[in-house]
Order: sequence, then structure tokens, then C-alpha cells
Amino acid sequence: MLKGKKVQTVALILSMVVGMVIAACLAPAAAPASTTAEEPAAPVAQTDAKSTLDIVKERGKIICVGNAVLPGFGFLDEAGVFTGFDVDYCKALAAAIFGDATKAEIRATTASERFTVLQSGEADVLIRNTTDTMSRETDLGMNFAPTTFYDGQGIMVHKDSSIVTLQDLNGASICVQTGTTTELNLADQMAAAGVSYEPVVFETADEVTTAYEEGRCDAWTTDKSGLVSRQTVMADPSAHEIMNVTLSKEPLGPAVRHGDDQWYDLVTWVVYATFTAEEMGITSANVDTFMDTEDPNIMKLLGLEGEFCSKVGLANDCFVQVIKQVGNYGEIYNKNLGPDTVFNLPRGLNSLYTEGGLLYAPPIR
Amino acid sequence: MAPAVQSSMRNALPPPSERSTVLGWLRKNLFDGWFNSALTVVALGLILALLRPLFNWTFNTARWEVIPANINLIMRGQYPPEQAIRLWVVLFLLAFVIGFAWAANTKTIRGELITLFAIPLLLMLVPFFDGGIRLNLLIIEAAGLVGYGIGRFVPEKRSNLGVWALLIYAVVMLVILRGGSGETGLWAGVPTNLWGGLLLSLLLAVFGIAISFPLGVLLALGRQSKLPAIRMVSVLYIEFIRGVPLISLLFMAQVMLQLFLPDGFPTIDRALRALAAVTLFSAAYTAENVRGGLQSIPKGQYEAADAMGLSTFQSMYFIILPQALRAVIPVLVGQFIGLFKDTSLVALVGLFDLLGIARTILGNPNWLGTHQEVYAFIGLLYWIFSYMMSYTSRRIEASLAVGTR
Repeated sequence: MLKGKKVQTVALILSMVVGMVIAACLAPAAAPASTTAEEPAAPVAQTDAKSTLDIVKERGKIICVGNAVLPGFGFLDEAGVFTGFDVDYCKALAAAIFGDATKAEIRATTASERFTVLQSGEADVLIRNTTDTMSRETDLGMNFAPTTFYDGQGIMVHKDSSIVTLQDLNGASICVQTGTTTELNLADQMAAAGVSYEPVVFETADEVTTAYEEGRCDAWTTDKSGLVSRQTVMADPSAHEIMNVTLSKEPLGPAVRHGDDQWYDLVTWVVYATFTAEEMGITSANVDTFMDTEDPNIMKLLGLEGEFCSKVGLANDCFVQVIKQVGNYGEIYNKNLGPDTVFNLPRGLNSLYTEGGLLYAPPIR
Repeated sequence: MAPAVQSSMRNALPPPSERSTVLGWLRKNLFDGWFNSALTVVALGLILALLRPLFNWTFNTARWEVIPANINLIMRGQYPPEQAIRLWVVLFLLAFVIGFAWAANTKTIRGELITLFAIPLLLMLVPFFDGGIRLNLLIIEAAGLVGYGIGRFVPEKRSNLGVWALLIYAVVMLVILRGGSGETGLWAGVPTNLWGGLLLSLLLAVFGIAISFPLGVLLALGRQSKLPAIRMVSVLYIEFIRGVPLISLLFMAQVMLQLFLPDGFPTIDRALRALAAVTLFSAAYTAENVRGGLQSIPKGQYEAADAMGLSTFQSMYFIILPQALRAVIPVLVGQFIGLFKDTSLVALVGLFDLLGIARTILGNPNWLGTHQEVYAFIGLLYWIFSYMMSYTSRRIEASLAVGTR
């Protein structure tokens, strides 16, 4: 009798402990990629005196949270070297800090763990096709540097389907990747437009496109950059077209932790420097020819006048190194997404403000 | 031997026709009457119709060039190409040690050893390998033979030298792979976050198995212990781990661990964290499998060991465990094969194992849309290694003659 009771008590305690630990374990893993509210809210504050820049300099390299599976933005090339649009911005930071673009390390993560890895201090900056949103800036304690890529959710349809507007999609089946903001945006926008549709969800982008090509859906949706890149490798790219609607705003840019303003300034102005360099026509090829320029704006960018780089704790030629080793915005774009690639993605919103785009860097002075 | 037997039995009947000729076998099994003949033809037609698209894809549509173009990535991940010679050295040593250990343990050549030694020769036939790779495969072959030759001089009673050689090899291999602290030169340090592809998958699996096995045996014994503290800890550990999916342990290790550690604590190596998670996970399952073996041993065996005056350790080591482990070989191997395939989960926490590498190749704009080819190849690699494990376990079972006594 007594023994039975003892066993029961032990079993009870045991199950409680196990249950609690499991709950604690599962919480981070179970949070879906799209819901940001449930992710741990408290970032690790930089309580010690050491700034992020000091840590980076001491370590001898910068660690960026990155993507390793996104065409054009981050992947390993055949030689095992990280390549892509986001990767180039990590290299730009390394060039600015160390004068050596190779001192950049990519910490590849999935969409769901990217913020935690940055918060835990394991990485210094998050450059992983991440959309700047209010809840990420507040709940997650992120500061977003200027947007480097303006994306937006689009829809691709078969050319012979005569679907032109959202209303034409009434009753259509739409392929979409599950667990993404894409799926939620689609539902929101279609509800707002009063259009009923049948979502067909898949786990990966490959499955979505395969299903669409096989004719299992009338349309499929993801960010427009993704639509374009996938269209190029479809069996007959000319049989499809991207509808002239945008379901969401997706400004993608680098993010840093709250609490280190100097580091935030550094990341911000390295991004601006790539914009400014394109605006002034300075490229990696011709940057040396500008060293005897008389233009005060260019002189400030190249560190020939004033001490602007030292204001963020760097050597005075920090932007020169960025331009020389990585390039200006246009070069980074063309190399990874533009006409030099299979994507041949039009610049669109990602043009300089002088050409009708949104890239507008405040002056260096 | 067979002809001698036959000649002595002059009146023996000829073998049944269906066994002697292909035609006879076909008639007996596939064309036995009009109905079965019709069935055969229809079934054959169906199979061909189903396989045609597959053949068409394999030989016409598929862009197999993605594999040769990325073969280095698949094999070793980001391990620097200029250090690749160290991977070959590791393989040379492996062949040497296997040859040595084999010869030290058994003085005869068995079929399995010949199979093992055929692997490098078969690999030389892979069409896209260049001369350098073929030469290295030859050196592997030679190293194995040299190891075998030396191993033959090991005296019979020192046969456990082979096991020691394997253990020492494991440490030497890690040192060679990791290298020193320098940045350049032949002995440059290669941090583990650059280890990837098949290299990482195999290392995770081999070390996961090698470490989790003894840990699991200890846990199984602990769960049977008469000391309540040890028993409770073992039960708690086993039940906790078995109640959690591996992926959540990996997430804990990769993402959360750093949050819990004090500020300024050095970042623990990520491959090591993954290995720890895989090992701890596997140990709990091993423990339960071994416990099954322990409970299958009749009580008489324990009592007999006690009666002979053996200590607890001696009776476990000499009487109980050998019988218990032999009984659970198939289960354990099944679990280890599962562990090998489970290592692919580390791709989801950002490590570049086989699956992780496959995913990043698919992110390369040059190879967009080749997911079928890449996944088929990765699947083939997983199958080859899993089948090798399963084959080995069957040979071990046969040599221990489980189930025939």
C-alpha cells in the first residue's frame, strides 16, 4: 500500500518534470516561421562595455546570419564559396571594417531561427532576405538598416488563362508555400478583394512550382523576385506571366540588435555608401581614378575630406574598400540578380531615386 | 566436390527442368496455362508503361551534369580545396587500419574483406573522376594491403591490437582534419563549420554511434541498478530524451544554448553541438534496446554467475552482456541506420551535411530546377551507406551464429 503510493508520487513528479522540460524545449522549435509575436521577445542586451564593433575586431571576422538556399541571395557556389546579394552586403561590411572582404563568415540559418541566432550574440548582423516590419523592430528588438531590396508578393498565371485582375482569380486554385507570410498575405488580400479561391499548399518552393507547371493550380504566388527566378527555369518560360498586382510590401534589409547605436550607424552607412557610389558613378573598376577628384561630395565618400569613417569607428578609407572589393549597389545587383544572371530581374523599385526608384541615400557631410 | 558426389550416385534423377534452364523456369512460373500467360503479358506491359517515363527522365531529360560539377561540395562541403590532400591521407590511414585490424583479428581472408577492397577499384570506374583521384584510390588500395600484411604478424593473443588501432585512428583522424591554428600552409586550421557534405554526415553518424553505444549500455545497466539514485537518474534521462523529438534537441543545441550561457562564454563549436544532440538522443534509445536484451536473459544466468563467485562487474562483462547484446544486434543496427539518416536533420539548423549541401546546390542559379537529380543522388548515397551497415550486421550475426543455436 505504502509502496504503491510512493511509486505514484514518484511517477507524478517525474511526469511533471518531464512535461515541463519538454514544454520548454518545444517552445522555440514549435513557433512557426511566420508568427513573430511568439518568438522570444527579449534580446540579449549589450550589458558589458564591449561594443559589437570591438567584439568583431577582436574576433578578426564578422559573422552574418545568412541564407544558404535562396537563388541569387545566398548559396554556396561550386567551389564552396558563399555567393549572392545578401552575402555581398556581409562582404561589404567586412571590407569596411577590416579592409578585407574575405573576413566575412555566413552563419546559415532557417527562417525561424534567424532572429534567435542574432539575439544570442552568435552573429553580429542579420542579412537574410528579411522583411522590415514593425513587430520585428519592436517585439524582437531589431533595428533595420536601410532597405537593400524592395520586393513584393506577386502572382504568376498561365499566359493563355486570360486572368488579368484579382477578380479573375475567383474560384481559381492557387499554389502557395505553407507556413510563410506569403500564405497569410494571400488570404488577407483575397479576403479584402472579396475573391474566393482554393489554396493548394506545399512544403517547399520546388514542390509549388512543379505542381503549378503540371497544371494542378491556375496560379502560384511568392515574392516577385522569386517568381522571376523560377520562371527562367520553367520548361517553357514564355507560357507564363506575372500579374500586374502586388499583394504586399516586402522591404528586405540588414538588421542589428537593439542597444548598440554605433554598430547600427556603421551598418546603415555602409549600405548608404553603396547607393551613393552608384549615384556618383563610382564603381569597383574606376574608383582609383577618383582619388584626385575635386568634387567635395565624392571626396567625403572616399575619405579624402573630413573624417567620416572614423565617426563609426573605422579607418578613413572604409567606403573606398567597400567599393573596391565589393562594388556599388548597381554592381552588386547586376552581379547577383541583374542582366549578368539567369534572373535578369528588372531594377524596378530598386533603382536610384534619380531613375524613378526608391534608393535615396542621405548625404555624407 | 559436387561432381564427386554426383558420380557416386549413378541413379540420381536429372534436376527438374524448371530449375535447369531459363526457359523451363519461365514456363513453370510465368506461362503456366493461358490465364497465367495472359496475366504475365499484361503485368509486363503495365510495368514497362510505368517505367518508361522513369527511364526517359533518367537517360534523356535529367541534367546529371549537376553532380560532377558539385561533386567536391557533396563530398567535403566547404573544406578548403587546397587542404583536400588531408582528406585523402585520412582515407589512406583508414584503409591501412582496416587492413591491419582485420588481419590482426582473423588470419584468413573473408569475402567481406574482398568486397571492401573492391570498393576503391569500383570507384575508379566512375567516369568523371580525373587521374589524380584514380591515383589516390590506388594508394588507398595499396595502404590497405600494407596494413593487412603488417597485421598478419600480430600474435594470436594480441588480437585486440586491431581495436586499439581503430580507436587511435579515430583521434588521429580528427587531428588531421582539424589541423593547427595557422591560416595557411599544409597544416592550416580548418574550423569544423567548414566541414560538410558526406564528410560531415559520416563523421556525425560514426562518432554518434561510437559514443552513444557505451553510453546506452551504461544507461540500460543503470536502469536495472538496485541503487535508487542511479536508477532514477537513468529513468529520468531515458524518458526525457525519448519524449522529445530529435529536431527540438538540435534546435536547443544550435539556437537556445548560447542564450543560456553566461556572457563572454566562448561559442561552442556548432558541429560538436549537433554531435552532442545526436549522441544523447541515440543513447536513450540504445539503452532501451539493450534493456530488452538484458531482460531476455534468464534469471538462472545471473544466479549461476553469482554462484561462481563472480563480482557484479565480472558477471555483467563475461556472462550477461555478451548474451544480451548478441540478442539485440538487429534492433541496434536498425537504430544506428536510423541515426545515420537522422543526421540529415542538422541541415535544418544550418549545418551543411549531405542534405544541407543538396539544398544549397539547389540555391545556385546555375542549377535551378535540378532538385530531382540532386535528391536522387543524395538518396543513392544514403542508401549505399545504410545498406552497407545492414549487410555488415547480417555478416556479424552470421559469424556469431545468432538464431541457429
